[in-house]
Amino acid sequence: MIKIVFFAALREQLDCSELQIAADEVQTIGDIKTKLASKNEHWQQIFSNGALLSAINHDMVHCDASVKSGDEVAFFPPVTGG
Amino acid sequence: MTIKISIQTQDFNLQNEVDLLEQDNDIDGAVVTFTGRVRNKNEGLQVTALTLEHYAGMTEKSLAKIIEQAQTRWQIGRVSVIHRIGKLHIGEQIVFVGVTSMHRQDAFAAAEFIMDYLKVEAPFWKKEVTELGEKWLDAKQSDNQKAQQWES
Repeated sequence: MIKIVFFAALREQLDCSELQIAADEVQTIGDIKTKLASKNEHWQQIFSNGALLSAINHDMVHCDASVKSGDEVAFFPPVTGG
Repeated sequence: MTIKISIQTQDFNLQNEVDLLEQDNDIDGAVVTFTGRVRNKNEGLQVTALTLEHYAGMTEKSLAKIIEQAQTRWQIGRVSVIHRIGKLHIGEQIVFVGVTSMHRQDAFAAAEFIMDYLKVEAPFWKKEVTELGEKWLDAKQSDNQKAQQWES
């Protein structure tokens, strides 16, 4: 399984902070986004936002990064700390 | 202390943080610190408070990476980064960056670099409470441009 976590405005828009997906269904971050977007129209709209950032095991990655079972994948809006 | 990274809800005392950078540190002649505070206005709206969220685990890792990059670019001694999370009111301290070095140029540059990269890479998100209600802040293009300047 792959653990998926969401943060900040994205978490509120989805009304979901985390979920799990089967590792054999996806190979890359892009695959996960496609899978999440297929849930319904609301999720599709949210995941079509090109500004969303992603991380695997706490490292920022691009859409073509590979994922494997046991990974923690995060999606979040551009950061606004400091 | 060579490197200190702290994500905390409680406030920090500037003098205590400077003391940590200076104690038993006779080789560094320069100490540069930056403190960020909650402003009362943003984009023309009156702000009454902020809530800061972060991604525990990734935040610390990302700050450590930024500090590591600064260490490869400049001759610096100690580095301290404190970032507060949770609810903060007007005038409260949000962030602290402190850097020591033998001479001032390296400490100035490294402190600015760390702050610029923290702004675009460390996973923190601010939600403002304004006169019009609560609102997640949008990232600023100017922050991206500022960080990109270090790439050239």
